[in-house]
Amino acid sequence: MIALLIRDLRLAVRAGGGLGLGLAFFLIVVVLVPFAVGPRADLHRVIAPGVLWLGALLACLLSLDRIFALDHEDGSLDLLATAPLPLEALTAIKALAHWLTTGLPLVLAASVLAILMNLPAQGYVPLFASLVLGTPALSVIGTFGAALTVGVRRGGLLMSLLVLPLYVPTLIFGAEAARRGAEGLPYATPLMMLAGITFAVIALLPFASAAVVRVNLR
Amino acid sequence: MASLWEYANPRKFITTSNRVLPWVGALALTSLSIGLVWGFFFTPEDYRQGASVKIIYLHVPAALMAINAWLMMLVGSLIWLVRRHHVSALAARAAAPVGAVMTVIALVTGALWGQPIWGTWWVWDPRLTSFLILFLFYLGYMALWSAVEDGDTAADLTSVLCLVGSVFALLSRYAVLFWNQGLHQGASLSLDKEENVADVFYLPLLVCIAGFVLLFVALVLLRTQTEIRARRMRALLARERMG
Repeated sequence: MIALLIRDLRLAVRAGGGLGLGLAFFLIVVVLVPFAVGPRADLHRVIAPGVLWLGALLACLLSLDRIFALDHEDGSLDLLATAPLPLEALTAIKALAHWLTTGLPLVLAASVLAILMNLPAQGYVPLFASLVLGTPALSVIGTFGAALTVGVRRGGLLMSLLVLPLYVPTLIFGAEAARRGAEGLPYATPLMMLAGITFAVIALLPFASAAVVRVNLR
Repeated sequence: MASLWEYANPRKFITTSNRVLPWVGALALTSLSIGLVWGFFFTPEDYRQGASVKIIYLHVPAALMAINAWLMMLVGSLIWLVRRHHVSALAARAAAPVGAVMTVIALVTGALWGQPIWGTWWVWDPRLTSFLILFLFYLGYMALWSAVEDGDTAADLTSVLCLVGSVFALLSRYAVLFWNQGLHQGASLSLDKEENVADVFYLPLLVCIAGFVLLFVALVLLRTQTEIRARRMRALLARERMG
């Protein structure tokens, strides 16, 4: 399992892995928002938590098709499926690797990009906490979506259509916690709901992803 | 002894549904025309909402069927995953577009009613929002069916999506409840409550609901037959090409 994790991390970090792409995309989205809504600092302050959450979510979505597509193309997914490692563990590791190479950098970048969006000082801790708790759910749900579309040619658009509705609860609670924190309100409740979703998803969805991978490899 | 699973045989399904279909269709048509004519022309106008209250005869049954169609797809998917009856997977596939259209009807009639009464076409109310999300789930489900070429693989994938999607749709329902307070009134048709819609409106509404249920059953039976026949035709063509 650890060997697989290290392999996935190496593949992501080395050339063509797209580690920086998600971050660059996140940066560009956040930079484009002020152009779209106008240079009003008061407005930016209000929408900052939502924009940062949405940007992180989209950047996460962008990198999902790399989870299985490359392994499926060169046949290593078939090898991994016949390995003694259960497929459930494989999908969990894949999600973990995706989070380490996409989610975690996004969380760190969000704290920097928050300066661009004039996030109030009290909003940093809740934003960071909600993203740390929420992005693993995005990776796990995204792994399920990637597993569903692994057999479909040019499944990127289809995967977005499948994954985005599944992201709704995570986004609602995550952005709500960040928003309440930025406005100085208590934010423990949405944060706990978010944590609940994340842990439930981590516990259950790898089974669904594995079932789906099995179908697609048949 | 006759078992429910006999209808999992496609041929048996087609003969039985052929026998039932004209009756269901005719009943759907009559109850819909009775209910709608009764509701539109022979009920009083609401003293505050005026004639706009009559949209209830389309809105409520459509919304009801939008949810129940998804439930039917969930049951169909479960049966397919557990017992591998092709008819059940095809019935789930057949129900999806019908359910999606019902969702659109509910959303559009709601907007038409909301414009004069709430003063807006759309608000981010929990009920409205969760219906919009449900519509997105229908879109994804149908897109996945049409994207995967192999029939059994598509049935497996969409069934798992339907199961997972149901959980997330339910989760979204309660998440949006947390997220925003609504304008939409609560349930006014519950069986266990004292206060319901007045009988003048209630009775034609019940007829309309029955009509929508029957219409849904008829459409799903018809579409399932079409799916079975289409699959049979593909198999025959494939056999011809081989021989």
